[in-house]
Amino acid sequence: MDLLEYPGKQLFARHGVPVPTGRPASTVEEAVAAADEIGYPCVIKAQVQIGGRGKAGGIKIAESREQAREHADAILGMDIRGLTVHEVWIEGASEIAAEYYASVIFDRSAKAPLIMLSTKGGMDIEAVAEEDPEAIARLHVDPLLGFQDFHGRRLAFEAGVDADVVRPVGALLAKLYQVFIEEEATLVEVNPMIVTPGSADGGGREVKALDAKVTLDDNALFRHPDNAGLRDISAEDPQERMAKERGLTYVKLDGDIGILGNGAGLVMSTLDVVDQAGGKPANFLDAGGGSKAEAITSAVEVILSNPNVKAVLFNIFGGITRCDEVAKGLIEAFAQISPQVPFVVRLDGTNDKEGRQLLAEASLPNVHSESTMDDAAKKVVELAGTS
Amino acid sequence: MSILVDSDTRLCVSGITGREGTFHSLRDRDYGTQVVGGVTPGKGGQNVEGIPVFNTFHEAVAQSGANTAMIFVPPRFAADSILEAEDAGIALIIAITEGIPAHDELRVFNTLVKNGRSRLVGPNCPGILSPGKANVGIIPAAFFRDGNVGVVSRSGTLTYQIGNVLAQSGFGNSTIVGIGGDPVPGTDFIDVLALFEEDPETELIVMCGEIGGDAEERAAEFIEGSVSKPVVAYIAGFTAPPGKTMGHAGAIVSGSRGTAAAKAEALEAKGVRVGRTPTQVAEIAVSLLGAAAG
Repeated sequence: MDLLEYPGKQLFARHGVPVPTGRPASTVEEAVAAADEIGYPCVIKAQVQIGGRGKAGGIKIAESREQAREHADAILGMDIRGLTVHEVWIEGASEIAAEYYASVIFDRSAKAPLIMLSTKGGMDIEAVAEEDPEAIARLHVDPLLGFQDFHGRRLAFEAGVDADVVRPVGALLAKLYQVFIEEEATLVEVNPMIVTPGSADGGGREVKALDAKVTLDDNALFRHPDNAGLRDISAEDPQERMAKERGLTYVKLDGDIGILGNGAGLVMSTLDVVDQAGGKPANFLDAGGGSKAEAITSAVEVILSNPNVKAVLFNIFGGITRCDEVAKGLIEAFAQISPQVPFVVRLDGTNDKEGRQLLAEASLPNVHSESTMDDAAKKVVELAGTS
Repeated sequence: MSILVDSDTRLCVSGITGREGTFHSLRDRDYGTQVVGGVTPGKGGQNVEGIPVFNTFHEAVAQSGANTAMIFVPPRFAADSILEAEDAGIALIIAITEGIPAHDELRVFNTLVKNGRSRLVGPNCPGILSPGKANVGIIPAAFFRDGNVGVVSRSGTLTYQIGNVLAQSGFGNSTIVGIGGDPVPGTDFIDVLALFEEDPETELIVMCGEIGGDAEERAAEFIEGSVSKPVVAYIAGFTAPPGKTMGHAGAIVSGSRGTAAAKAEALEAKGVRVGRTPTQVAEIAVSLLGAAAG
């Protein structure tokens, strides 16, 4: 799960990563109170999971209570590239002498954590990687060995950070690695990581994380019960939440053909075949292996809760899943919620004859059987176009 | 011949006393696989329809001569169970469990590589089937017959779909290997392609990939340099939006990386035929095999 900036910073603080002090707020009054407490100048930052918040006007400096009120009022409720701002984070304004970039990434290709450091922070790192790959220092850490001080030094020297901050940059990287391992993250990114101006003679400069982008592994949450509460519920799609509560794997898409299949690969493939037939899938739904009738009924409800759906395709190749159970689930769904859209059903594999027989006997309104995946896709595209 | 599992396989199942573990162990035994034991801590001395249960893998190896392990325990116990099987000296470990934490997978993978004693297949995979010889896992064997097509896949049901079309055209399989849909698979396309290349029974290889990671791209490089047998590929997920996990934990397009189009292009650039639908993959395979037979 992807965290918003402020829960990310709270995790950072727990591991000793230096971050500015701040407070979250979800109303203008809360925001003003938080700003008063933190003091001026302070920064008011929109909490949405998307880059380019500053350009969109979602990050503002307040020099006074009046400005804090004005900015909080403008930012709360603002739409940033399709996401509504429900919360702001208020923190003390930082003086910035330099902006760096740092991250720890779960590199599945190398099967090891990858640490990246660059003095070109504050901008899109993918663009930096494209234009000036030499500007990013990278190294893999042997997960059985863990992060060593030399890793930090090597990265700092290779990235060319200012000499006086080699040590604090290394220390901050060590702590980011600690967050990555101990919280079981798959991504820990700081952009920008800043260097403060320090005193008049340039001494005493500090390194801080001014942003936080953290992705935690959902599969590991059982070991981190506290982290489960950090989920950004406002960013979740209502249909996706409904599916998750029912234990179904569902991803909402922007088309109009509902899809149900068994097995992630087969469902992805079904989306592709429907697309090739000229249709647009409304969702990905993997009913899983060995689904019983109740799970199928429940899945139909989730698919139809999306008002864009004009037709539904069932593509089942039964291995552990039995086609007669799928047929029973569909029949039950018709009894419970009488769908108004056409269904195309392709049942193949374990107990397919029994399943087709059950459907034929039930003679459900507007349910069409097809025997191959390709024909089923063509049929559902045709039906979605005419309904 | 076949690869990885055959009539010499002596299987020990971790989690054999659980509902799914029992069901599939017995199914594998009914198919003809030698299921010589199971492991459930605290239930040593019991048996599951005649299959002896041991407290530890070490006991199981000493007393039953197990050489292959199947992991069926829940995700929070799976990494430990894989490491125990490896420590007990089991050469092939097949992990069916879905939902193992990513950092556990990283630790297990790197430990196994460092020690160099065992091969892990999976996790989050349907297992391995060598038709007519042994079935280790949950692949519905009834859809497959023995033959000369090797299949390696990140997806279970897609494999059944393609295998079924091949079977209907009269072709069978040497071995079907599910490498699983997780971000850190113990065994990759390249490992299995190398085994099929060496296997005299395998005449053609079908590889079934999907979005996420770069295993297919690396396989393309490997095929060009090291595989002489024809390879037909399929990639699922052309329509998957970036940033969304499509069921399998490993199936995610990250930014512009891991797209189906890039994978298909990489394979085609190395002369691999890529079918656009599962049916087309089977048709290409049939035409290549037909031409070879004729």
